[in-house]
Amino acid sequence: MKPPAFDYCRPDDLEEVLELLARHGEEASLLAGGQSLVAMLNLRLTRPRVLIDISRLEPLRRLERRGGALEVGAGVTQAALAESLRDSEDSPLLKLALPWVGHYQTRSRGTICGSLAHADPSAELPLCLAALGGSLRLGSARGERELSAEDFQLGPLTTARAPDEMILAARFPLPRPGQGVAFREIARRHGDFAIVALAAIAEGEEIRLAVAGVADRPAVRGWHHEEATLEEALNAFAWDLEGYDDMHASARYRRDLVRRLGRSVIEEARACRS
Amino acid sequence: MAQAVGESMLRVEDPALLTGTARFADDLPVAAGTLYAVVVRSSEAHAEILTLDTAEALAMPGVEAVITGEEVARISDPLLAAVKRPEGYCLAIGRLRYVGEPLAIVVARSRYEAEDAAELVRLETRPLPPLLDPVAAAEEGAAAIHPEVGSNVVHDRRFRYGDPEAVLGAADRVIEMTVDYPRVLPCPIEGYVVVADYRAGDGIYDVLANFQGPYGLHTVMARALRVPGNRLRLRTPPCSGGSFGAKLAIFTNIVMMCLASRVTGKPVKWVEDRLEHLVASGSGPNRVTRLRAAVTGEGVVEALELDQLEDYGAWMRAPMPGPLYRMHGASSGAYRLRHLAIRNRVVLTNKVPASLVRGFGGPQLYFALERLMQRIAVELALDPLEVVRRNLIPAGSFPYRAPAGALYDSGDYQAAVERAVEEGGLAELRRRRVEARAAGRLYGIGFAAVVEPGMSNMGYLSTLLSPEQRARSGPKDGAIASATVEIDATGSVSVTADSVPQGQGHRTVLAQIVGEVLGLPPEDIAVAAEHDTGREAWSVAAGNYSSRFAGATASAAHLAATRLRDRMARLASQKLNAEPEQLVFEGGRIFARGNPDNAAAFYRVAGSLHWSPGSLPEGMPPSLRETAHWSPPELAPPTEADEINTSLTYGFVFDFCGVEIDRSTGRLTIDRYVTMHDAGRLLHPAIAEGQIVGSYVQALGASLYEDYAYGSDGSLLAGTFADYLLPTAPEVRDPLVLHLETPSPFTRLGAKGLGEGNNMSTPVCIANAVADALDLAEVRLPITEDRINAWLSGAEPPRPERPGAAARATPERRARPAALSGRNSYLIAADRAAVWKRLLDPDALAAVIPGCRRFEQQGERRYLAEAVVRVGPIRGAFTARLELCDLEEPESLRILGEAQGALGAARGEGRLLLVEEGAGTRIDYQYDIDLSGKISSVGSRLLEGASGLLIRQFLAGFARQLETAEGPGAAPAGRSPWRRLLARLGLGR
Repeated sequence: MKPPAFDYCRPDDLEEVLELLARHGEEASLLAGGQSLVAMLNLRLTRPRVLIDISRLEPLRRLERRGGALEVGAGVTQAALAESLRDSEDSPLLKLALPWVGHYQTRSRGTICGSLAHADPSAELPLCLAALGGSLRLGSARGERELSAEDFQLGPLTTARAPDEMILAARFPLPRPGQGVAFREIARRHGDFAIVALAAIAEGEEIRLAVAGVADRPAVRGWHHEEATLEEALNAFAWDLEGYDDMHASARYRRDLVRRLGRSVIEEARACRS
Repeated sequence: MAQAVGESMLRVEDPALLTGTARFADDLPVAAGTLYAVVVRSSEAHAEILTLDTAEALAMPGVEAVITGEEVARISDPLLAAVKRPEGYCLAIGRLRYVGEPLAIVVARSRYEAEDAAELVRLETRPLPPLLDPVAAAEEGAAAIHPEVGSNVVHDRRFRYGDPEAVLGAADRVIEMTVDYPRVLPCPIEGYVVVADYRAGDGIYDVLANFQGPYGLHTVMARALRVPGNRLRLRTPPCSGGSFGAKLAIFTNIVMMCLASRVTGKPVKWVEDRLEHLVASGSGPNRVTRLRAAVTGEGVVEALELDQLEDYGAWMRAPMPGPLYRMHGASSGAYRLRHLAIRNRVVLTNKVPASLVRGFGGPQLYFALERLMQRIAVELALDPLEVVRRNLIPAGSFPYRAPAGALYDSGDYQAAVERAVEEGGLAELRRRRVEARAAGRLYGIGFAAVVEPGMSNMGYLSTLLSPEQRARSGPKDGAIASATVEIDATGSVSVTADSVPQGQGHRTVLAQIVGEVLGLPPEDIAVAAEHDTGREAWSVAAGNYSSRFAGATASAAHLAATRLRDRMARLASQKLNAEPEQLVFEGGRIFARGNPDNAAAFYRVAGSLHWSPGSLPEGMPPSLRETAHWSPPELAPPTEADEINTSLTYGFVFDFCGVEIDRSTGRLTIDRYVTMHDAGRLLHPAIAEGQIVGSYVQALGASLYEDYAYGSDGSLLAGTFADYLLPTAPEVRDPLVLHLETPSPFTRLGAKGLGEGNNMSTPVCIANAVADALDLAEVRLPITEDRINAWLSGAEPPRPERPGAAARATPERRARPAALSGRNSYLIAADRAAVWKRLLDPDALAAVIPGCRRFEQQGERRYLAEAVVRVGPIRGAFTARLELCDLEEPESLRILGEAQGALGAARGEGRLLLVEEGAGTRIDYQYDIDLSGKISSVGSRLLEGASGLLIRQFLAGFARQLETAEGPGAAPAGRSPWRRLLARLGLGR
């Protein structure tokens, strides 16, 4: 479990990062918190020639309200975001979900944008971004662009980020008045990859339900709430996710959880509409 | 401060551990010029080796040697085991028999260079069907994984005690059941470390390794290395990162590294990493037990038949089949039945060779026995606790000779049960069950009563031989424990012993024992935990296993200290003018009983021997160093009738628990767990408590979380701690631990072994509670949410009908979780003939296979492809051989393929069906792929999604190519209804 040889760069500013990315493209990996990357390096699952360490770049640690969203810079750790949300109402959903992201220890290094870039289909943060209809700001030497969560995550560990691009920030829409949110996760042990994680957002009679851990990326479905058809809607959603068996859970169990816990997160989100 | 034997003094081990200054095997300095080894392992469960090419690896910078099985066979001998055949070496030769099997050793200047080179060891194999199910492997006519042995059943013996056939034949009621106990891992924090140095000058292998014993394995290693015992010096480090049985199986690696040092002429260090530990260090054997019990209407078991089939994996490694025989004398457990029939079979399969795991045979036996007791209660409509009570061995019958020969030293099982029921609050749990059930919730109560062995009889394994074979090979019995106590010229005391502690706190307890005998504070006693076969006393029984410390090593240390005290007393009696028997050792002084003023300082008396050996009493040796060897006479060899006292001490454990199960998630919560232990006299209650809680937590893992699962192709599914799930702090609520102390008459301090009891009792106690909660006849471990959900849930709400949607099959629960399989459809805006033509065009395929670097036709419809497969950041180069067959133009074809690369190997097939749909073509495809190697063991969770993605990438590229070729008019990109439909299905991006 030793990585193959690679070059290590720790640029002093963002321009240099983008320059290095432009130069090395696919051969480069960005190192932020390293909670997924370093393990993959040691397992030799990934073999970048160049590792670009962005963990000490001050400008990426920005965390601010901007244009109706909470904008989280690429250097913001999960622990830092959790801390900032402790006494704030900027993202009730993230506040619920963050304690489920890995473990206390991994959150102190792991970054929000790192988790989004890694795009694990079971991960909580991509789920939240998708549920809220958030977006990502991507930057490269060619310029900047913004992609919706839906357009960004394409499959397991696969995103629309071009090889010379990096995530500059993630944008989580601020809560709207009257919105209620709920989050629920089932994992084998606390901190494990979710078998199923669900986030619900209720606004008036509108419902958005997002599910991670079943399809190959977070899936979001919205509908107008009607008690009479909820069961049917959840069953259809559960089947449409086309989940599969792995050693921890069967596709059937995952569908059962979507049906049963889907109902309870929706009820919870509706109950806490402000 | 509490420090007498029986009190919980602070552990002398802890300051170093808590301040980070403890030194483990990997921390110790090595000689300049030491090389580093990496082991190349099989990614296939069963295959014939066609070629093994090490040239490329050998040419890498820094590499000094690449050693293969053939070289090993030239310079070493096979590893001996109690079951003589098959005979195997430390590296695979000719055939691979399990995923993780070592097949080559790369030795280089650094670990990094060795790992780089290890990827270049080229292997070509011919796959053989893997055998994983022990029952199938044991069937007559099953292909033998060791053809020279002829059968996978390498041991089969029947035993009978009393008249079991007659009692079973005449019984009113015979209750039968079959249970499975799964494989579990020991999982210490620290893996294996070996530093081997072959000194050609004197022909000595000098080894530092975190080996735990038993030292009978020293003989096996020396034999394999072709040296006499005194040419294999084995040293252990001062601190251990835990073992739980694991650090026995290091011995094959010690042999490997010794040979690597011999080949390179330099010291070689190897540190096992976590990947290889999980895949190849060895797990406990899985066992299938069929039980038949003759039972009275009151639930009393009068006769029992146990048919035990134990799966030891691909090889028998010493001291296997220990788990099958370690409990043999105590096969009737805590119960008084007298008629017992046992059949023991050992079967080999394509799994990692079985090894030691804490509990060693106990979990397998008691999972069968105690599930049976619960079933008896259910079938007779009795209270399970009442069934246990009616069968327990009566108080007052100790020492009790069990039918298969165990001599239970002491106990009062009834008192233990009644106290546990009272103090553990069983009545309250029963009340909660009533309330929960009334409210429609699921709640169950389970019980388990087990007899916990301590200090194994060295002769127990010879029970597997027939009495005639035993007579020929000579008796095996007893178990020697050794300890040395030394008093120097300043009166300070040093102790060494043979127990090779793995974190249990032996140094503390030895200091307490020796200090108490000599009247010195324990913190003044220096106890060294390192062991060196070149210097310290040891026997074949030495080591850390079978809960032998409290009974055996503690007795030897007590004996050595007592002999030295007697010698000191004779010395002091001259000075104090008092009889030696009258002298008291206390507070660093020696004085006559009743006259504390007539005293001599301990250090002065000791000093007088060192400084004035000329004036010793008549006949006293000029030494204050005493090595005691202690072997209890109760450990007799097996009798002609195959009765064997398998262990010296027999503790008693009685557990009960209440569990609640959530219907919506299948999640199980342990409401309360009560565990009552009688381990004789407790030498250090806090350490005893630590052992019990630790054993409980480990058993919780086996019960609920840990799944050492193999796919049907023999690949290991749980290759990292993300998939092999150990319980962590949030999962564990402390059990209530209760004690009864009935001292053992057979050990010097009255103590019994106690480190393994809950490994034996807890899995079945929880299983019984789940059986009670869900009214189940069969419970399989681990009890996961998914399994509970399957037990609980009825028919599933069906997939809604969707007019117009592409037909998709319901994904079925696969029997083969290692395999990838799936089916799907893809729409292409081109006519069927064009699609068909493209599919058979190698250039076209080469252009759209994701990451294709080379694509060559190698014959009629046969291709060789080299591709770098990427899924996000994961990247692996693969070489694939593909064949198209069963061509039915223009409708269907089959693709057979196999691929190999550093990340693993894949074999599979795909079937393509081309259906005309409107102006376009729908490709219905299905695939079945077996994966092995790293990718399947570390990434199983993501594989299904990733393979789907790759296939979509391929088909999208294919479609793009076709649609472009057909011209923009054929399918305007982004506009066509096809595109829109694809986008809706999430396919066309």
